[in-house]
Amino acid sequence: MSEFALLYRSTQEAHREAMGSPEKAQQSMTRWRAWFKEMTDKGQLKSIGQPLERVGSVVAGKKKTVTDGPYAETKDVIGGFSIIEARDLEQASKIASGCPILEFGGSVEVRPVLQLGV
Amino acid sequence: MDVPEDVPEHLFRHEAGRLVAILARLFGIHNLALAEDVVQDAFCRALETWKFHGVPANPSAWLMRTAKNRALDVLRREGTARRFAPELERDLESEWTLAPAVDEAFAAGLDDAQLRMMFSCIHPRLPEETQVALVLHLLCGFGIDETAAAFLKGPAAMQKRIARAKKTLAASKRLFDLGGPAEVAARLPAVLRALYLLFNEGYHGASPQAAVRAELCEEALRLVYLLLEHRLTATPAAHALAALMNLHGARLPGRLDAQGNLLVLVDQDRSRWDAARIAEGLRQLELSAAGAGLTAYHVESAIAAVHARAPSAGQTDWDEIVSLYDLLLRIEPSPVVAFNRAVALAQRFGPARGLEEIARIKDRKRLEDYPFYYAAVAEFELRLGRQAEARGSFAEALRLARNPAERRFLQEKMRSTRPFRSPGPAAARGGSR
Repeated sequence: MSEFALLYRSTQEAHREAMGSPEKAQQSMTRWRAWFKEMTDKGQLKSIGQPLERVGSVVAGKKKTVTDGPYAETKDVIGGFSIIEARDLEQASKIASGCPILEFGGSVEVRPVLQLGV
Repeated sequence: MDVPEDVPEHLFRHEAGRLVAILARLFGIHNLALAEDVVQDAFCRALETWKFHGVPANPSAWLMRTAKNRALDVLRREGTARRFAPELERDLESEWTLAPAVDEAFAAGLDDAQLRMMFSCIHPRLPEETQVALVLHLLCGFGIDETAAAFLKGPAAMQKRIARAKKTLAASKRLFDLGGPAEVAARLPAVLRALYLLFNEGYHGASPQAAVRAELCEEALRLVYLLLEHRLTATPAAHALAALMNLHGARLPGRLDAQGNLLVLVDQDRSRWDAARIAEGLRQLELSAAGAGLTAYHVESAIAAVHARAPSAGQTDWDEIVSLYDLLLRIEPSPVVAFNRAVALAQRFGPARGLEEIARIKDRKRLEDYPFYYAAVAEFELRLGRQAEARGSFAEALRLARNPAERRFLQEKMRSTRPFRSPGPAAARGGSR
């Protein structure tokens, strides 16, 4: 088994759209919970991970310039991540396809975690 | 792995109503959109965090704290650029008074804020249906789509209507002030009326989704109890309305049979009525008898109480019900009341009397797009053995049926009019009042 990071990405608009109304927010919440539970039950969820604030800063260059960012209003931003276990990228992507964020205009980036072993 | 626990049902919906009311009080009603933004932000934050870390032990407190912090941010950032609530303007000038003022608004004013918002929504310049829609949207946290569905309107039309109504609301100087007894007394009847309409939309409404309808009834009940908590709004009429909603609400579980088919009152299994609701309704009815004024709510709840107390349809005191309808007709003459009176008379004196009374209703035309009007006529004709006429009337009712449950109910009735079949249960019941 290999580990994969799931990066949950969405634009601010898509994020707000997922909210829509209080009842929709509640449904979206229930969907996410159910999805995490499903992965847990199947032994696929290595770590539920963490949510991330949608804004922060970017430090860049040799001069170590600090700027505000990412620009939550315009770009699609990573709103959180989890670590899952899967046979290969294909299975990991299949697991990711169950993510509720896809129903609300977001996307999931699936990235194999590099391991020390060969 | 730690998996988040369940979110209480309708948590976000109910919290939305509370938080928008508190924030509109803090920011001023002209900043309604800002108040809604802050609530939206708090919900986004909850969603992001709870997904991963689980639902906190007290989710309402969590949401309130988050909204409070966001509100403080907004007030600090825009304190000079924007005008906020006039009564709080001075507090907002300095950081010394800002945080305590915000704390105070959140700690003290929950019920008060919701009541003020409720009275504000019942704006005299808004049509009744819009007032109810606004209450549903702002105080009950129904989204545009859900509000539209409650009124069987398209979402786009509802969006427009609510946006216009919010503009009207935002143009008022401040939230309705509960400090003035005269102003409260003047607007209270319209507030009661709106809650009555909200309840009826759920109870008699035409939407095919039964679950949605029960929610509207629950919301109306929740709001009427807010009125009962305040000295100036806990009037005999408000108690009477609470009695009416409880006594009618108690019958909701009996209105559909196991197959999801509609049952008329006399055919309902009374053991399925909600006994706790009936007890509470009767208690509210007693409380409503405090004043001298007699409202339509008093009489309607008295009628519901007669039904609730009767062990069966046959043992109902129909004389009492007819005389209560007579009284109701004097307070609030309407063809619907006259029609219900005719149905009660038919229970007491037989179908011929029912038809006779219906023929005498003055504004009968206004009943003619209501399927149960034709269904009742058909039922009486059937009991009198006028098969062909009954068939015509059922067909008329069927044409007006608004959802599958009504359609099934009427088709079933229609089948019993077929001449080659032995008289169905409906016809047999004619003799046993």
